[in-house]
Order: sequence, then structure tokens, then C-alpha cells
Amino acid sequence: MAEESRTEEVGLPVLGRKAPEFEAVTTQGTLRLSDFEGTWLVLFSHPADFTPVCTTEFIAFSKIYEELKKRNTELLGLSVDSVSSHIAWIRNVEKKMRVKIPFPIIADLNKEVAKKYGMMHPEQSKTETVRCVFVIDPESKIRAMLYYPLTTGRNMKEILRLIDALQTTDKHNVATPANWKPGDPVVVPPPATAEQAEERLKEGYKCKDWYLCMKKL
Amino acid sequence: MPCVSPDGKPTSSGIALLLSLKNGALSPKEIASKTGQPLFRVRSGLRELKNAGFVEETEDKYRLSENGKTLVH
Repeated sequence: MAEESRTEEVGLPVLGRKAPEFEAVTTQGTLRLSDFEGTWLVLFSHPADFTPVCTTEFIAFSKIYEELKKRNTELLGLSVDSVSSHIAWIRNVEKKMRVKIPFPIIADLNKEVAKKYGMMHPEQSKTETVRCVFVIDPESKIRAMLYYPLTTGRNMKEILRLIDALQTTDKHNVATPANWKPGDPVVVPPPATAEQAEERLKEGYKCKDWYLCMKKL
Repeated sequence: MPCVSPDGKPTSSGIALLLSLKNGALSPKEIASKTGQPLFRVRSGLRELKNAGFVEETEDKYRLSENGKTLVH
């Protein structure tokens, strides 16, 4: 019972559903989720400004910013710090680390957005968000979620790979296998009927058996 | 605020959006393409400029209000 209550307290979003709408103060003005309609969005949270792992992550996110733009994808950060704190931190990162932070950061002081997206995990921290990533598609649907603990910085290559995989799935109606990267063979969706299972073996796919067929794009 | 400063005057980003409307009404996507600003910033900026009375919204397009025209003409 106690475990169940804790699960309800976090209230995680659901894949495939519309991402919770919000209007939030950011370092680039007041933004709504709906402002990003028509583009992909990576919404990510970090525990706090002026902390070591978060600083390495912000530098890393800035370095993949142009790669994200090529994928029609915007970046939006979030923590429960104030806009003044965010501004001071990004100015410090630019001055000391010579990296400009090009994307907006939500100042979620009242944790309104953090709660909607299940970013508060009390066993990790009672005051800070954990390291979340939400990949939101151009129709504002949640397509993927990552939750990392405070101690572990995220992998930018995996975030880019995830977006590539989702966009490839949408474009070609295929799935992507373990460790897939752009250029690798993709998985043909499994057959829905016995007839389709028989027929697909004649379609020139590279099949291990009727349920595991791959093809090159 | 990125497009309207606390004293109610448009910032340089705001002026760039207003200038893009000098020749007539445009949609946010058209403004983003014309100014090179990301679409989300254009939408947010237009909301601010509209609240401040510099632009008007008509059928998903934005045009300069009388106040807006005095700033860019």
C-alpha cells in the first residue's frame, strides 16, 4: 500500500499520450508547450544550477544543439531554480567554460511543470528534479522518456540515436533493433496474420524466421 | 521578456518581428522563415507583442497595429 501511494505521488506521463501543456517562465521569455508544435522537442530536467554533473551535461547538450536542429528538434531545459540563477549560471559557463547555452531553461520554482512530468522522485531528492528526458513529437505526443538518478550524467549520443530511431520509425513504418544506428538494417514489423507470416518470407527481406525479418532502407 | 522590455518598449528581437510585418500580415511560420528565429520564439514573441498592442492577430496571421506601424515606418 505504501509503495502504491509513492507511485501515485510521482505521476509519470504516458508514452503516446499528449504531453502535459504548460506555460512557464524561461531564460528566453514565457513559453508554452504549444509554442513547439510542428517541431520535435527534447524537454529535459536537471537537479540544480551551479552543480558539477549538471554543468557537464549543459555543455554536452549545447554541443549537440546543431545536430538537433538538423533533426527539426528544439531543446528546453528545466530546474526548480529561478531565472536569475539560470542567467547567472549560463553566463558563468560561457565565461569559464567558453560554451554558450543556446536553448531556453524553465525556471520551475513552484515545481508545477516538474510535477506534471513526474520529475520529482523523493527517494532521490525532496527538493530537486531527477535527470529526465522527454522526447515530444511535432503533434505534442510523448514518444520516449528517460529517467536518470542525480549521480549519473546522460549520454548525448543515445539521445540523438533515440531521435533518429523515432523519426526513422515514423518515416518508414519500421522498428529498430538493439544498438541500431542510422544506416543499419531495420526490423520489419511482425506479421498480424498467418497469411502475412507466409507471404513475408517471399518478399526479399533478410529473415531469421517469419517473426524476425530485417531490411535495408 | 524577449520581445517587450519591462518598460513596455519592444526589444531588438521584438523590433525584428515587427519589421518582418512591414509589408503585410504573415503567419508565425512565415515570420520564422523570414527572420531566422526559431518558431517557438516567434510564437512566444508575437504573444507578447500582441498583449503590448503592437500587433493584431487575424485568421492565424499577424499584422502591425497602429502602434506597431508608428515604430517601424
